[in-house]
Amino acid sequence: MRTGVTGRRIDWGGLLLYLVLTVLGLFMLAPLVYMASTAVKPVSELFLFPPRFFPINPTLINYRDLFFITGTTFVPFSRYIFNSVFITSAIVLLGIVVSMMASYPLAKHQMPFKSTIFSLIVTALMFSPAVLQIPQYLIISKTGLMNTYWAMILPSLAAPVGIFLMIQFLKQLPDSLLESARIEGASEWKILWAVVLPLLKPAISTLALFSFVQAWNDPYASIMYTTMEQMKTLPFAITSISGGAGVIARVGTFAAASFLMIVPTIAVFVLTQRMVLQTMAHSGLKE
Amino acid sequence: MATNPAAIAAEEVPAADRPPSGTLLAGRWRRLWTEMKRSRISYLLLAPFLILFTVFTIVPIVTSVALSFTYYNIVESPSFVGLSNYRLLFVDDDIFLKAIGVTFTFAMVTGPAGYLMSFLLAWLISQIPQRFRFFYTLCFYTPSITSAVAMSVVWLYFFAGDRKGLLNHFLIKLGVLNEPYLFLQNVDSIVPVIIFVSLWMSMGIGFLAFLAGLQNVPEQLYEAGRIDGIRFRWQELWYITLPSVKPQLLFGAVMQVVFSLQVFDVSTQLVGLPSPLYAGHTILSHLHDYAFIRFEMGYASAIAVVLFLIMLGLNRFIFNLLGRD
Repeated sequence: MRTGVTGRRIDWGGLLLYLVLTVLGLFMLAPLVYMASTAVKPVSELFLFPPRFFPINPTLINYRDLFFITGTTFVPFSRYIFNSVFITSAIVLLGIVVSMMASYPLAKHQMPFKSTIFSLIVTALMFSPAVLQIPQYLIISKTGLMNTYWAMILPSLAAPVGIFLMIQFLKQLPDSLLESARIEGASEWKILWAVVLPLLKPAISTLALFSFVQAWNDPYASIMYTTMEQMKTLPFAITSISGGAGVIARVGTFAAASFLMIVPTIAVFVLTQRMVLQTMAHSGLKE
Repeated sequence: MATNPAAIAAEEVPAADRPPSGTLLAGRWRRLWTEMKRSRISYLLLAPFLILFTVFTIVPIVTSVALSFTYYNIVESPSFVGLSNYRLLFVDDDIFLKAIGVTFTFAMVTGPAGYLMSFLLAWLISQIPQRFRFFYTLCFYTPSITSAVAMSVVWLYFFAGDRKGLLNHFLIKLGVLNEPYLFLQNVDSIVPVIIFVSLWMSMGIGFLAFLAGLQNVPEQLYEAGRIDGIRFRWQELWYITLPSVKPQLLFGAVMQVVFSLQVFDVSTQLVGLPSPLYAGHTILSHLHDYAFIRFEMGYASAIAVVLFLIMLGLNRFIFNLLGRD
C-alpha cells in the first residue's frame, strides 16, 4: 500500500493532507452531531439564545415523548417503525434473491438476447426512477394492490443499480469453479446456491446497502400507495411530527425521531463498507 | 468488461439439429428458438427480475410516452390531444420554463462540483494508509445516505430567518449582516441554499466507486511511471491514476447526472411545494404538482417524458465523451 506519510522526516504534505481531510470531515459530520445533540436537549435549552451546539443537561425526555405522547395519537410511533422495518427488510431480502438469480445467467451464461437485456439495465441506470412515478401509481391502483404492503415492495425489487453491480462483480470471477461444479454434475440451480452465492457475498452486501438506504429513506411509496394511517412509514411520520416546513413546535421530538431514522443507515454502512468497496472496484462502465 | 465465453451450451448447433429445408430466414428463427429452448434454465432464473423490470420500468416508460399525448384526469378515460401538452409546456407554461431554469442552474453547479469533490476527496483518502481510511470514508459518505426528511430538522434551524437561526447568528456576530436574512424565503437565496445542502449530500455512490477504483490501481503502474520519470503526485494522477479509473469515472458521472437532475426532496423539505414565487421549483416539483396535487396525469406525463429525455440525452453525451477508449 502506498502511504502519504513516509520516512522519518516530517512530511509537510502528508500533514497538510490529514489536516484538510480532518477539517472537511468534521465539517461534514457537524450537522449530524448537531441533530444528535438537539435530540437530547431539554425544552429549556432548545430555544436558548445565543444557540448552543452541545446540551448542558442532556436528557432522554424527547425520546420518551416520541414513544409515549405520540403513542396516544391514532397510530403509535412504534407502528411506523414496524412498517418501515418490515417493508425495508422485504425489499432488501427479496431484492437480493431476485437480482442474484438474474445476475448469474446475465454474467456467466450464453443465450439469445443477453446483451439486449444488459443494455436495457445500463440504460435504466441513466434516468431517475422518479420519472416513472405516474405510470407506476396507475399500475398499482389498476391491479388492486393499493393499500397492501406489496404495493410498497414490488416496484423497488428490480432496481438497476444493484443488479448492474452484481453482474459486473460476477463477470470478473473466474469460470473454473463453475466448470468443476458442472463436471461433477451439479445442476445450474445447485451451482447458483452452492458456488455462486458464497462468491457473491461482497456484491450482495452492496446491494443490501443501496436498497436499504433507498427503501428506508423513501417517503413517496407510503404517501402514494396507501391511504391508511397504520400502513405509513417513518419518513411520513417524521413529516407529520414536524408539522411541515416552518413549524418548530416540537423540535426536540422531531430531532429524536430524525436521529432514530438516520442511525440504521449508518449502521448498515459500517457493517457492509469493506464488502462494498470490493464490489465498487468493478462498477466501471464502458461503451 | 469482456465476457469470457461461458462453457455451457456449446454455441454451434449440431448438424443433425439443423432444419432440413426452408428459407434461410425460417431456419434462422428456428435456430434461435432451439438456442432459446436450450437456455431455458437461464431464462427461468431471469424470469422474476425480467417480469418486475418489465412491469415497473419498461411498461411505465411506454405508458408515460403514450399518456403524454392525452388528457387524463384518472376519473375519465384518457382522450387523445396530440402534441398539445408539449405545446402548452414549452409555449404557455411559464412556471415550467422557470422550473427548467432552476433545475439547470442547480445541476450546472451541483453536477460538476459534486463530481469533482467526490473524486478529489476519494483521491486524497487513497493517499493515506489503509487503517485511517475508514473514518474519513464514513465522514464523507454518511451525509449522502441520510434522508432529506430527517435532515430538515437541522437545516431549517441552521437557515432559520430569525436571530436564533445559526447562520444568521454567526453572520450578525461577524458583522456581515445587520439584521437576520430570510434564507428560506428570499428568492435570491433559495437556490444557493438547496445547492449547499445537496453538495453536502453528494458524496454518494460515485464517491464509493472512485474510492474502490483508486485503491485497485495496480502498484506496478506507479513503479513503471517512476522509472519513466514521473516525479510529482499530480503527474501520477494525470498520467496513471485517471486513465486507470476511467470506467469508474464514467459510472460516477452517470450517477451524478441523475442525482443532480432529480433534485426535489431537499427543495420540498426546506422551502416547501410550491416554494415562494416558485424560486425553488424544479422539473420534478412541477411533475409532482401536476400529477399528485392536480391529477392532470396526461400533462404530468409530458413533463416526465421531457425529464427522461434530458437525463438520457445528457448521459448518452457523457458516454460518448468518456466512454471511448
